[in-house]
Amino acid sequence: MITIYQARKIVTMNPSRSLATHVAVRDGMILGAGDLEELTGWGEYGLDRTFADKFLLPGLVEGHSHVAEGVQWRFVYCGYFDRIDPDGINWHGLKTVEDVLARLSVVNVGLADPKQPLTGWALDPIYFDNRRVTRQDLDRVTAARPIGIMHASGHIMNVNSRALELAGMLRTGIDHPGIPLGGDGLPTGEIKGPDAMTPLGPHVGLDRGLLASDEPGLRAFARLCVRKGVTTAADLANLLPQPAVEMMLKVTGEDGFPARIASLRVARDVSPAVLIERALELRALSSDRLRLGAVKVVVDGSIQGFSARLLAPGYYNGAANGLWYVAPEQLREIFERALAAGVQVHSHTNGDEATELVLDTLELALRNYPSPDHRFTLQHCQLAHAAQFRRMRALGLCVNLFPNHHFYWGDQHYALTVGPERAERMNACATALASGVPLAIHSDAPVTPLGPLFTAWCAVNRQTCSGRILGLHERISVDDALRTITLGAAYTLGLDGEVGSIECGKRADFAVLDDDPTEIGGAHLKDVGIWGTVLAGRIFAAATI
Amino acid sequence: MMTAIPVTLIGGYLGAGKTTLVNSLLRNAAGRRLAVLVNEFGALPIDADLIEARDDNLISISGGCICCSFGSDLVAALIELKAGDRQIDHLLIETSGVALPGSIVQSIALLPGLVMDGVVVLADAETVEARARDRYVSDTVRAQLAAADIILLNKIDLVSSERAAATLRWLCHAAPDVRILSVQHAGVASDIVLGRHPQTWRKDSQIGFATHQAADYDVVTLEVDGSRDAEGLARALSDPRLGLLRAKGFVRGLDGKLVTLHVVGRRFRVEPAPSWIEGPGRLVCIGVAAEMDRAAINRSLS
Repeated sequence: MITIYQARKIVTMNPSRSLATHVAVRDGMILGAGDLEELTGWGEYGLDRTFADKFLLPGLVEGHSHVAEGVQWRFVYCGYFDRIDPDGINWHGLKTVEDVLARLSVVNVGLADPKQPLTGWALDPIYFDNRRVTRQDLDRVTAARPIGIMHASGHIMNVNSRALELAGMLRTGIDHPGIPLGGDGLPTGEIKGPDAMTPLGPHVGLDRGLLASDEPGLRAFARLCVRKGVTTAADLANLLPQPAVEMMLKVTGEDGFPARIASLRVARDVSPAVLIERALELRALSSDRLRLGAVKVVVDGSIQGFSARLLAPGYYNGAANGLWYVAPEQLREIFERALAAGVQVHSHTNGDEATELVLDTLELALRNYPSPDHRFTLQHCQLAHAAQFRRMRALGLCVNLFPNHHFYWGDQHYALTVGPERAERMNACATALASGVPLAIHSDAPVTPLGPLFTAWCAVNRQTCSGRILGLHERISVDDALRTITLGAAYTLGLDGEVGSIECGKRADFAVLDDDPTEIGGAHLKDVGIWGTVLAGRIFAAATI
Repeated sequence: MMTAIPVTLIGGYLGAGKTTLVNSLLRNAAGRRLAVLVNEFGALPIDADLIEARDDNLISISGGCICCSFGSDLVAALIELKAGDRQIDHLLIETSGVALPGSIVQSIALLPGLVMDGVVVLADAETVEARARDRYVSDTVRAQLAAADIILLNKIDLVSSERAAATLRWLCHAAPDVRILSVQHAGVASDIVLGRHPQTWRKDSQIGFATHQAADYDVVTLEVDGSRDAEGLARALSDPRLGLLRAKGFVRGLDGKLVTLHVVGRRFRVEPAPSWIEGPGRLVCIGVAAEMDRAAINRSLS
């Protein structure tokens, strides 16, 4: 049975036929895009006019997110910006500490079990004129149950006195750089860095939650994808133990599941040999909607946490250089084994020194294991400079940059972490394109909200939340941005032959939009209305998902 | 109140001999119930003949010892380890090759039920100087060495004696005040890494040597009479000029109560003595025979 969908306009990303009004679909596959007359030759069809006044784009591809976003929403949203949850509820941004406490108090009253922790996320006191949140603030919500609120950066949390007490940390004499003390010698309740946070995590419901998801979490994540026009999303760091894989296969295989997930095995806990062996096992388990077999390596930390590895002259505020999360020798072994086995590796590098290490290591590894089209990808890669992009091109690396960072933390990068010049060049999308490096852009959800059209807006405008335009020269065009959030991201996931454009033989995955992203103007790209998605010819409306 | 479990960090860059040391300590545990936490991308870190059973992520080792690996979450691993009422005399944490021991020490200090005993960092005599100049890992390697209480300069059998001596001189400069022991095959007396076996406090037996030791140790046993400033004494014993690798003893504090005093290289701590300890104060000091300054040790007591 052939269905021909009529739309007001279809932006195909197929350069030989870039615009169309109709697309014919059979068994989840695109037969062709064009006008109705051209498509009728495929045979008997039904005309579906659901999208007659809508705009179709290839289903958007989020190249770097975490399905754990679906789990985060079980916690209380404490962010400064409005954010939409998987059920479509818009949680208003909280503009003061009092607003945060008020929302927490409402939830607190509804919790029956007095021992159950009250957990929040996405707090960002940077926007409260840096008024720090204290344990005394949170004690006003409740002193009876533990409270823990993760900051938006993921690098700091706030806890109340009860949480400190349960962790044995409500005492004097603590000497730790991540635990500031108040005038009374006791912790203020602000806990910085993973080392200091981990002892508290289990007491406030935030233990090892970041990587994992579960059945409802995965379904919630997919609902969020529909709301954002996303049909393929990378889950970039998962340990993927067998029970989790089976759960993900089951859930993504459900009739109503509306997204494709590419889940990467993060290099942790196992030797490079075991890692690559497991990647090959996982690849064989892949389904249409769950793609497995690629590997993620975390090379350094984060810029705002001062744990990213920077080339000289280092951090603007003089902070010591960051941390390696993998030894160069281990990285080399992972690369060589992966190249030998044909396994794709995505490398998290925030700082330019970490990027340099990946470039050097891959160059050596490729001499031993020449691999055309290895498609290794640098993830975040926020501080890469022009010469590094030229080397990426030479080595066949792709890059997935992080423009959302400009909006949320660009002002801090300008003032504190890397200083004005590098803040302007960060996430150099224009340089990547000019250098011929295959480009994707991402949200890193739940670190920033999922939404490729918002990410595209960030790359097109490079505006920070204070309104500053940071790095005029690195802005890219709307057309380039739209291509990047479809075909560009698909390429980095090795899926560009299947998704990312609307053309004959590809999967019938569409983003269904209320507005025309090619006409609305770059300044309004983030405001494009999203009606829903089509995945393999199945229609998912955001309003009813 | 439960006695806190002493924790020893085994640090050092990739390939420096951390796993060899851990296996050697397990072989020479002599009844100590050791728990080992490993965080490494490496292959199975425990010699096959030591393994009694494997259960998922937990390896049971002959002599009542256990080993488990941890990913990014040390605390979760510690909680798992403590579950099931296991008796643990000493906890060893083998860090990853790029981990900075200093930050782990700070985290241990936050955890109830654990007390830092010492940081032992291995340095590969063949490669440590080159690594400390390496474009990428120089600062990491130097920070690891600087965080040590005791450095084991390992694999000295693989370099000439001149080269070993030169590397030792370089290390003394790179990590001032840190006690350095030259070894092969990561061979070091368990008593140096773990402290004296608890049972030896009742029968004053000899120090137990691991095989392949490259250094000749000496043990000085002293009686310490009267009440004194225990913390001041511990600090004095941690002075590098005394040449001590380790000291442990029981002394009467100024309030007349017996306290236990631990010195591991330049690190020291003082805590209430176990109730079963009686009698006069006494002190056992361990060091390399040629390096210990007995006169200075005696002076620190007066």
